[in-house]
Amino acid sequence: MRFVRIRIEKRPAPSGGLILLTSSLAILAALVVAGLFFWAYGASPLHAYRLILQGALGSKLGLAETVRRAIPLLLCGVGLTLAFRALFWNIGAEGQLLLGAVAATWVALFSGLSGPWLIPVMLVLGFLAGAIWALIPALLKARLGINDVITTLMMNYIAMYLVLYLIHGPWKGPQMRGFAYTDFFPKAAWFPLIPGTRIHWLTLILGLLAAIAAYILLTKTKRGFEIRVIGENPEAARFAGMSYTRTVLIVMALSGGLAGLAGVGEVGGVHHLLRQPEQISLGYGYTAIIVAWLARRNPLAVILTALLLGALMAGGDVIKASLGLPFQLVNMFNGLILSFLISGELLMRYKLSFQPGRRRWAGRPG
Amino acid sequence: MGWETWLIGTISRALAYGTPLLLGTLGEIYAERSGVLNLGVEGMMVMGAFSAFATAYTTSNPWLGLLVAAAVGGAFSLVHAFVSITLRANQIVSGLALTMLGLGLAGVLGRGWEGKPLAAALPSITVAYLAKIPGLGPSLFVEQNALVYLAAGLAILLWFVLYKTRIGISIRAVGDDPATADAMGVNVFRTRYLCVLLGGVLAGLGGGYLSVAYRPAWTEGMTAGMGWIVIALTIFAFWNPLLGLVGAYFFGALYHLSYRLQPWTSPELLKTMPYVFAILVLALVARGTLKRRMSAPAALCEPYIRGEE
Repeated sequence: MRFVRIRIEKRPAPSGGLILLTSSLAILAALVVAGLFFWAYGASPLHAYRLILQGALGSKLGLAETVRRAIPLLLCGVGLTLAFRALFWNIGAEGQLLLGAVAATWVALFSGLSGPWLIPVMLVLGFLAGAIWALIPALLKARLGINDVITTLMMNYIAMYLVLYLIHGPWKGPQMRGFAYTDFFPKAAWFPLIPGTRIHWLTLILGLLAAIAAYILLTKTKRGFEIRVIGENPEAARFAGMSYTRTVLIVMALSGGLAGLAGVGEVGGVHHLLRQPEQISLGYGYTAIIVAWLARRNPLAVILTALLLGALMAGGDVIKASLGLPFQLVNMFNGLILSFLISGELLMRYKLSFQPGRRRWAGRPG
Repeated sequence: MGWETWLIGTISRALAYGTPLLLGTLGEIYAERSGVLNLGVEGMMVMGAFSAFATAYTTSNPWLGLLVAAAVGGAFSLVHAFVSITLRANQIVSGLALTMLGLGLAGVLGRGWEGKPLAAALPSITVAYLAKIPGLGPSLFVEQNALVYLAAGLAILLWFVLYKTRIGISIRAVGDDPATADAMGVNVFRTRYLCVLLGGVLAGLGGGYLSVAYRPAWTEGMTAGMGWIVIALTIFAFWNPLLGLVGAYFFGALYHLSYRLQPWTSPELLKTMPYVFAILVLALVARGTLKRRMSAPAALCEPYIRGEE
């Protein structure tokens, strides 16, 4: 006997307000579940939330850390919006970022360049390295139809072990007393910072420009139109004579290149050497997937969502330090947010309505 | 050491390391055959590994550990089932979220457990008579884990069910054409839920095998991307449990060799081997006539909505 029936109807296009509402609800739900978890761990959830807020926004230093974390998320996230628009599942931003870091390290330590040329060359080669790393899965998918999720992920593992190989082997710094780091970069390869913070503003500006450029590319150009059609209706794209291969290669070169820039920024602006992959990246490449998804694949909105996730990461850092929770906490947060986010999409795409169900007592057959 | 002992050792270890891959792959084959891609395998495996270790350590009972691992893997998979089948959310993103969640949760919960030795590991067994078969005996039947045989047997059973029984036909129908299956009276939702659940149970078991049998200890990144290799294996195996068996042992051998060859070359480069091979094999399989046979379940990744094409 059912008294209430839930009807699910397709909604035309969700309004901006609705998107904002469901996205906020998703993050809120993730925070509530995480709070339960803190509670189980013996820490008061309210105390934990306060720590996150203070850590991310409560002080000048906290804000600066939020922005610093947002820089790689912004660069990777903008690139991912492009790939995701063409329905190419680039889960490989993490590896592409690492390749950018490797290229930048080579320029800074082993290319023989010095002086004011260093930083621009690091950026250019970092972009190229990330792009090439991303083009391998792009070619495999466009030419042989090989699953993009798997190849981009495999490339992450290969990149990770490549970095480990370099820092344990040929690039191990003679001045590092046996630690698995390269030597420090020469000072000319250190990115300028906003004084008193760790914000490498050059990379930040590049990220903002990339967001604007990607938005223009997607919405105002013929190429952008092709990207969107291929993502939304591949059949129609083929009939219209659009080249899948060309579009995917362009999109992935940009996506990988931007992730590469993020890697350059991390080694040039923060670490000034090459070290363990998980210390360079902290999972930026994976978190950027959420950044892009939360922005509903709109590059301009990535500016906001990168800051938001940057704040969560900075806040998470404070939690880790004061509650003694490990680095993996960020992953857990990410998983929760992403789960709730896509669950909420049902509400955006469909309209739920509750109707009184027919009762069976009327004697009608059920 | 003669090459013969070397070969026997390699085959024996390939079976041991291939077993968690096989368990995960069998489960993923069923999930995908029913039309649901679950990229959460890595997350379910790592949660299985942790929960098995914690249970076995606390209760000194490795079998109970495996049971808990299977239950935890199953519970995790139900999150994906609910989000992707009932809520019709994007399966790729939902699976990724599950992996992040699993890696995160296992990392956070498992922090105090690292480096503890597990006294109650799953014992290895030697099958007395079969071990005497020359060549084959020592590599297959000496000092193997019971779970190794169980997984191999399961592969055959699941192959039989998938291809030779009504249940198997229903599962494949649901994955290829859910609307028709529905019209024929197959319960699409229940079939998909059960297949995803089976996938989770087996992935959890695979993870549990790692931490209570293969290497009786818990370390944070101990699944090391095996869950992703499973996703690739499912494709090489053309969604067929018996080919999954072959593929899993092949990758088991690769994992083993990546340790075995370390005296000769850099361990970091060797560790890329399974991932490089995964890409290479996918590329090989995708070429030529094989491509036609490699057809994925037609409705993979598509949520089913009754009365809507």
